[in-house]
Amino acid sequence: MGLTRLIVNRFLFGLITLLAITLLISLALEALPGDFAEQRLGQSATPETIAAIREQLGLNKPVLVRYAEWLGNFLQGDMGISLSNSRPVAELLATRLGNTLFLAVASAIVAVPLALFLGIVAALYRESLLDKMISTITLAAISLPEFFIGYMLVALLAVNWQLFPAISSISDSMSLGEKIYASLLPIATLTFVIVAHMMRMTRAAIINLLQSPFIEMATLKGLKRSRIIVRHALPNALSPIINVIVLNLAYLVVGVVVVEVVFIYPGLGLLMIDSVTSRDLPIVQACILIFGATYITLNMLADILAIICNPRMRHPR
Amino acid sequence: MSERLLTVKNLQIEGFADDAWKPIVNGIDLHLDRGEVLGLIGESGAGKSTIGIATMGYTRPGCRIVGGSIDFDGVPILTQTAEQIREVRGVKISYVAQSAAASFNPAHKLIEQYTETPVQHGVLKYQQAAQNARMIYARLELPDPDKIGNRYPHQVSGGQLQRAMVAMAMSCEPDMIIFDEPTTALDVTTQIEVLAAIKDVVKQFNTAAIYITHDLAVVVQLADRIMVLRYGDLVEESDTRSMLESPKEEYTRKLLAVRTFAKNPEPETKEEHSLIEVSDLHAAYGGGIKVLDDINLSIERCRTVAVVGESGSGKSTLARAMTGLLPPMQGSIKYQGEELPRSFKNRTKDQLRQIQMIYQMPDVALNPRQKLRETIGRPLGFYFQMDGAEREQRVKELLEMIELPTNYIDRYTPELSGGQKQRVCIARALAAKPVVIICDEVTSALDQLVAEEILKLLDRLQKELNMTYLFITHDLATVKAIADEIVVMLKGRIVEHGPKEEVLVPPHHEYTELLLSSVPEMHPDWLDDVLASRSAVSA
Repeated sequence: MGLTRLIVNRFLFGLITLLAITLLISLALEALPGDFAEQRLGQSATPETIAAIREQLGLNKPVLVRYAEWLGNFLQGDMGISLSNSRPVAELLATRLGNTLFLAVASAIVAVPLALFLGIVAALYRESLLDKMISTITLAAISLPEFFIGYMLVALLAVNWQLFPAISSISDSMSLGEKIYASLLPIATLTFVIVAHMMRMTRAAIINLLQSPFIEMATLKGLKRSRIIVRHALPNALSPIINVIVLNLAYLVVGVVVVEVVFIYPGLGLLMIDSVTSRDLPIVQACILIFGATYITLNMLADILAIICNPRMRHPR
Repeated sequence: MSERLLTVKNLQIEGFADDAWKPIVNGIDLHLDRGEVLGLIGESGAGKSTIGIATMGYTRPGCRIVGGSIDFDGVPILTQTAEQIREVRGVKISYVAQSAAASFNPAHKLIEQYTETPVQHGVLKYQQAAQNARMIYARLELPDPDKIGNRYPHQVSGGQLQRAMVAMAMSCEPDMIIFDEPTTALDVTTQIEVLAAIKDVVKQFNTAAIYITHDLAVVVQLADRIMVLRYGDLVEESDTRSMLESPKEEYTRKLLAVRTFAKNPEPETKEEHSLIEVSDLHAAYGGGIKVLDDINLSIERCRTVAVVGESGSGKSTLARAMTGLLPPMQGSIKYQGEELPRSFKNRTKDQLRQIQMIYQMPDVALNPRQKLRETIGRPLGFYFQMDGAEREQRVKELLEMIELPTNYIDRYTPELSGGQKQRVCIARALAAKPVVIICDEVTSALDQLVAEEILKLLDRLQKELNMTYLFITHDLATVKAIADEIVVMLKGRIVEHGPKEEVLVPPHHEYTELLLSSVPEMHPDWLDDVLASRSAVSA
């Protein structure tokens, strides 16, 4: 039926999109001035050494051939070897991905409930001072670029008052508490950035619904306000809210690049930036694949959840 | 003998518009006895809904009660706390809204929404309430009354849903029900079922009711007494029969007389080709269900062809197919003997120009950010490359033609009334100098007196400009007023087609008969008579 077909369709389109992205990245890196060999050798480069490295790593083959080789290996489960330090890409990625997910999950745990709560409060006390304060603050937060918020937090909380570390270096040997303490500032930054979005959607979805005739009907049936919100408004507001939450979760994984750079947080984003700088293609490809897959999967999830939340879709005529 | 249930004194309500509070109900007095049905009638903006729901201590956002008193069965409604008023709503007074589709929560089953009121107020246990629901569903002749409650609102038809809402209003056996235009959104044939259901439960439970509508012919079927309202003031109040027999006020007389306009029939002209010749037309949306099935139709120059049918009969789809918005699956549309491309994309500018459309909702059809200069001037530029002073002059001529002042050229459409907006839509269509105008339910969203003015305008323009109209409507009163020829559609097919005199005079096709007999007439026994004659036929 409809849902299964949608999932299969989206899955296939997702695969095609991923393929296109990886090819695009290969071409883009090729277009950048300089290749891995030149970057690696820097000042000490001589035409002979550069040629030697190119020969050794297979960099002098045409870009499309290299892409085909990479794709063939990848399909057999081999993500390749980092050009910079000759370690398997999969191994390098594992810790970095873990760190990024840690940051994303921690931020989501703070931001999602906070956004829902603020959104419901703002909707309930619409046009009040409280509502306006919430709106103003979250709007200001969303309008500022994340690096600006990040540096502001560093300036205030790390430099001025020295409450938290300015650089979030975390490692596997740290306890959970230490990890959280070390990454508090990036978590706060990400929370600031995504709360506004989700909160505003929650507020809008509920307000939009509170004006609908079936809420008026519930009121005229003499129901309690709490019951009206929970039983009549919320089930119908879920699908836009879930949608924006899931998209923001995608942002937490994919969009953290800038924040990771600001706090020198050892996540996937930072790894990718470093690898782009050194033209370390296998790593960049792998990072992009993960980012792309996350984004596509979560988007698909958002659509599926939206359908599941809609009784018209769940119970067709 | 009769016991006073509701007394409203000097009720004053204000609405917030254009940055200021303005009075919308000016000191209305109103009373209702137990078991009595009061009809509130008036055009939009009369304040009738506002008064109705105010008796439940409720105002819509942007409205506020500023004065007066409401006494319901000894309870001073306006001075109750929110918690106290909650105990009245749903239990003592319940509400039936205009659109059941919008007023049922899409996320819950019908029976859950029925039982919610008695269970939440602690009047009945769930099982008992559910059993009552099945009984009342059966009484209102809903199909499969034991199981229909397990359906979601979108899984039943419009008329059924409206009856389910009447049932829901009865769930606590209230003393009074507010019916707020409960049949306005329905087809005439469905309206009869709902009216019968309402009349039945009101009698059965001896429930008092306030019945709000703009349709006098509907309210006389139910109301013992009628109040006519206009701009928040009482125009006239009397019992139903004496209001019909001897209305005191000019405004009431106008409301009563509103269905009297009839144009003079256009003489039939015979040309070599019909202006438009539709043959063997089939159309469907998305390759799915057929919406038009083997349509054959010819339209002669300078005539008005009315297409009537219920919602879902395919009449608007016919318009979409003729304009090329929905390319038909098969069949042909010939214009002056020449075949038109199926899609509007393949038609020439001149072909497009000659067939124009006017829509049901002028609010949606007009760009609110454009002045009339742009709205009406755009087709002049598009079709005739007019600009500057010439275009300005032509827009003014068109405004005169639709009886609007020429200085309106600088107004934005939201500054106009509903009827004026529809006039602008007409002017925009005329700007293209069309031969045919397709009017899709153009008077359905308007008050009756305003609608009549629009019909008169269209009639005058037809005579002056030799227009040909294809007039799509579900309203038979409109058809009687304006049509030369009538096409009756049912489920995508044409069931009857002929000159007005023939179609409207017996013998009719079975379905035409049903349609015609379902149009409420302005006498209080009409509903009972129709129901009696129908049950006699079926017995």
